[in-house]
Amino acid sequence: MVLTIMGYGFREAVRRKVFTVVVLLTAAFLVLFWLATHFVFSRLSTVTPPAGILVDKRTFAGAFLLGLAMFATLFLGVVLAVFLTLGVVSGDAERGLLQPLVVRPVGRSTLLLSRFLGAALVCIVYVLAVYGIALAIIDVAGSWTPPSPAEPGLELAGGVVIVIALSILGSVVLSATANGIAIFMLFGAGLVAGLLGSIGHALGSTTIEHASRIAAWALPFEALYQDGLRLISSSATGATGFLLQLGPFGGAFVHGWGVRVWAAAYLCAALALAVFLFRRRDL
Amino acid sequence: MPPALAVHALEKRYGPVHALKGVDLAVQEGELVGLLGPNGAGKSTLVKIAVGLVRATAGRAEVVGARAGSRAARAQLGYLAELFRFPGWYTADEVLSLHQRLTGSEGGTAERGRLLELVALDDSRGRRVDGMSKGMQQRLGIAQALVGSPRVLVLDEPTSALDPAGRRVVRVLLEDLRDRGVSVLLNSHLLSEIELVCDRVAILRAGEVVAAGSPAELSRPRGVELETDEGTRTIDGATREDVPELVAAAVAAGRRVYGARVLTSTLEDTYLEAVGDEVS
Repeated sequence: MVLTIMGYGFREAVRRKVFTVVVLLTAAFLVLFWLATHFVFSRLSTVTPPAGILVDKRTFAGAFLLGLAMFATLFLGVVLAVFLTLGVVSGDAERGLLQPLVVRPVGRSTLLLSRFLGAALVCIVYVLAVYGIALAIIDVAGSWTPPSPAEPGLELAGGVVIVIALSILGSVVLSATANGIAIFMLFGAGLVAGLLGSIGHALGSTTIEHASRIAAWALPFEALYQDGLRLISSSATGATGFLLQLGPFGGAFVHGWGVRVWAAAYLCAALALAVFLFRRRDL
Repeated sequence: MPPALAVHALEKRYGPVHALKGVDLAVQEGELVGLLGPNGAGKSTLVKIAVGLVRATAGRAEVVGARAGSRAARAQLGYLAELFRFPGWYTADEVLSLHQRLTGSEGGTAERGRLLELVALDDSRGRRVDGMSKGMQQRLGIAQALVGSPRVLVLDEPTSALDPAGRRVVRVLLEDLRDRGVSVLLNSHLLSEIELVCDRVAILRAGEVVAAGSPAELSRPRGVELETDEGTRTIDGATREDVPELVAAAVAAGRRVYGARVLTSTLEDTYLEAVGDEVS
């Protein structure tokens, strides 16, 4: 039953050319990323840091480029997640696609969770694949890999899975268009909060850092992404680490197992709320 | 043996709108019951509560003794929504196959072939939904509702997009289902269709059942019209059995009788009387 509904969602996505768009965008990104990485590392020897500052140029360039790749992967993963799920309930109900399925013995909870599982499976594979290719490009072009290459990818995938849960929850109470807008705005708000945290850290502003921490707990997909960034630059010390922290891919102030457990609990709560509301919703 | 479908004191409120105000209705096994009423009378709400798409505010609805909307109730039910759509990229056969998996039906290819034949779509098995006319999609919808041989069938405007030939196919199908003991709740605007196939009819107005009974009971006698040399007059309350006496009395009174006609109200008359000035 679960596989049937997952397959139904998958075919719908194929038909709506969601995958075609995402694959084309991803290919374009990866080509550009490969070009950028190739030229950055081939000209690394010509870059000279200011006098008196000791910077590990290879680590700085590698971590910075991988941070950029993680941002793009998260963005593309969220695009895929949102377009796979934005109309799962309201959109399909408005079009009359949902009613014939809901009256079947399958049950609303199974239906919703199956759609979640289908989207999550596709997005996890996608995020890990793009992240893995980006890692490989940096490794081949610059002979650099982060100290723990797998964990940031898993955290990115976890972040996208949280976005899927939020999108499915939104689809229960909002129209497809409103839900898509709401999720992208949440995503944007999370990213801005993360960047503000980096700025606050550089300026020594505890107020901005505090606001960024609250945003990270409220939107744990952002916290997971930031934690991933922290992990890729965790081996950078001294001026290299300081410069990376100042940049847009600086890393987290909320991190570690606490936020991972919180993210898992948040995911379960979002799904439970979605199921609860869907079971009570008139169609 | 519980009724195939029963609602008791059913109420539904959408904010300030009181869509159903304590409706009682039962569909017995093998019975075909028609729902009539103007737009906004609560027919679709009643149907949606019965199939578990909408939650009742008060009262209860049961399908073969199980609470409407429960897994047990849904397992007994086939439903065609008024506004529905199948994914356009599915073929007719794939739509039925999907619903076979969702209902746990083990009928396989044979069941799909039989259902498509029942709704006269046996030559469109491999045709995609987005290449079908509205009428064909509606007939496919009926076939989908019959997947898994449900004991109760709820059809919401099943013939709204059909031409006369398509309606006839559905009418014959409904009669066949009744003969096989399937219970049907049929929501339709087409009085003639209801009159032709339904065992009983319930007329809803503003969320209440305002008339119910068999089409014959609802098409009750209205009197006898007698045409004499004095003109035409109607004797209210008189029936067919009264005609010889009425004619004899007129002749005895020296009148010349040219004709006598028994007047009966049609289901349409009863419907219009019941719903008043509401426009459907």
